[in-house]
Amino acid sequence: MKNKIIHSIKTSLPIFLAFVALNFCRAQEEINITQTGSFFGQKPIPVSLEGFTGEGAEVLKFDLYVQGFSFVTPDLAQYRISGSSVGNVSGYVTDRISRQTKFSRSYTGASPRRQAHAFADDIVFAITGKKGIGQTKIAFKAQAPGGEGEIYVSDFDGHNAQAVTHDNAIVAAPAWVPGRLGLYYTSYQPGNPDIFYHNLSTGQRRVIARFSGLNTSAAVSPDGTRVAMILSRSGSPNVWVCNADGTDFKQLTTSPEDESSPCWSPDGQWICFATKLRSRRVLAKVPAGGGPVQRIPTSGVSNPTDPDWSPDGKWIAFTSQMGDFNICIVPAGGGMATVLVPGQHPSWSPNSRTLVLNHATGYRQSLSVLDVMTKQVKDIGRISGNDSQPAWAK
Amino acid sequence: MKTMKLIYPLACALAFTLATTGCHNHKAVGVTPIPGSPTGMVGGDNNATTLPPGNPMPTDTGVGTGGLPTASADSFEGMTEDRAALAADTIHFAFDSAAIKSSEQSNLEAVAAALKADANTKLLIEGNCDDRGTEEYNRSLGERRALAAREALAKDGIDPSRVRTLSFGKDKPADPGHDEAAWAKNRRDDFVLLHPKAGA
Repeated sequence: MKNKIIHSIKTSLPIFLAFVALNFCRAQEEINITQTGSFFGQKPIPVSLEGFTGEGAEVLKFDLYVQGFSFVTPDLAQYRISGSSVGNVSGYVTDRISRQTKFSRSYTGASPRRQAHAFADDIVFAITGKKGIGQTKIAFKAQAPGGEGEIYVSDFDGHNAQAVTHDNAIVAAPAWVPGRLGLYYTSYQPGNPDIFYHNLSTGQRRVIARFSGLNTSAAVSPDGTRVAMILSRSGSPNVWVCNADGTDFKQLTTSPEDESSPCWSPDGQWICFATKLRSRRVLAKVPAGGGPVQRIPTSGVSNPTDPDWSPDGKWIAFTSQMGDFNICIVPAGGGMATVLVPGQHPSWSPNSRTLVLNHATGYRQSLSVLDVMTKQVKDIGRISGNDSQPAWAK
Repeated sequence: MKTMKLIYPLACALAFTLATTGCHNHKAVGVTPIPGSPTGMVGGDNNATTLPPGNPMPTDTGVGTGGLPTASADSFEGMTEDRAALAADTIHFAFDSAAIKSSEQSNLEAVAAALKADANTKLLIEGNCDDRGTEEYNRSLGERRALAAREALAKDGIDPSRVRTLSFGKDKPADPGHDEAAWAKNRRDDFVLLHPKAGA
């Protein structure tokens, strides 16, 4: 009997071990997919566009492409989008397999482009449950080779661009007030780089920071009450914060190295920025109310700068400058960086998956919009000269 | 029985192999290894390097500990610019550095001499970069370069309240080219002598 028991253990043990090992492997697979695979390398959602023409079709295609959709024939689509864009836009969306209509809608008023953007937003919401970005805006700078330029605001696809400034001077770093039609930016118009606040509703602006030396890289807190910036008034470019109206300045970093490009965490607790620690260029963060500086590791790439924190708090997009420039993403707590596309100055859209950035076409800079999850990217229209430093209104 | 004797060690070997070689090596999806990048430590929140505030970092770049507050902007109002006087004394910098090279010392001495020769003059230092950094990165680096020259002049006895800095980042290259020769020319501080307005 004893021999029989020992014998059965001997035969079943290796099978048991193999079973455990195989299940262990599978569990590791699942954990890893949750961590990184679900954000990058996504397949786009295939849809068909039927019946749309002209500008309406153009807008629908653009908006959906940069939010992770692809265009196929109806028989291959997961969703069929049918309608018309002659005159007013109207259309309906059906689930191709179940044949159920998700919604059907007509649009009037505003412009054909605006109607198509609104329809695109409704499509995105009906299919993904997330808010679309079709009706959002960006700010950016357009600069001639000699250095003089202006700040512009446009639709996120580059259309309807309007100059905000008439400075004919070096301008830089536009930054939106969250939820409001207000911009902070740098202009050399006074003869020195100063930071302005510009009310886009009234067209009025005033100087917020005009200390001797450098005043630049304004970034507004999520609640709109505080502004972070780079000032060199202490003798070195450091991160400072002040009230939105330019009162109550507080210095947050004190290193003799050059800090640059502050950005806020969406919970308003941290300011992330580029600096040099122990001879290495790194990203770091400091508590918004002051405190110790912490490094944010960006393993796999060097010389990170231009950080921008995603609205959902999970990711920091940045530029890696190693000879050429690349847009990268790192988990907000630091870790392995993922290289996405060539370019600089990423700015997140409100949906936390699409970025606007500038990149070189020849030796000029132009803007493009990138869906991080599918890596689908589209150039957007140029003003003139070099278009750069885009900021997505949130 | 004989087959059992064969199967048993094979099955154990298989199980052992599976258990010890582990699973498919899970590299993060989409990571492009960059040649020449330093091997960074993979960190999370636990890997934070905490620096106490207000602690000037000892640097090996010769940048100095900084901390000379910038001069009051108003005291430079209305002065006239003389770009020719010190045009030959432009100093240049190594890539990604704001350290004053020893080769540039004689130029700095010439600038100091001009300021000492006329106590009514002031100085504008314009800091510049090559185009291999992003715009805001270069705006800060250009300012750091201008401040480094200001600190060096202060050590040479020039009152820092006579010197103001202005960074152009990469917006005003001396050479529009995109090669080493052009980049070297663009990483510079230009010195602009300032005279009080006539009759002031």
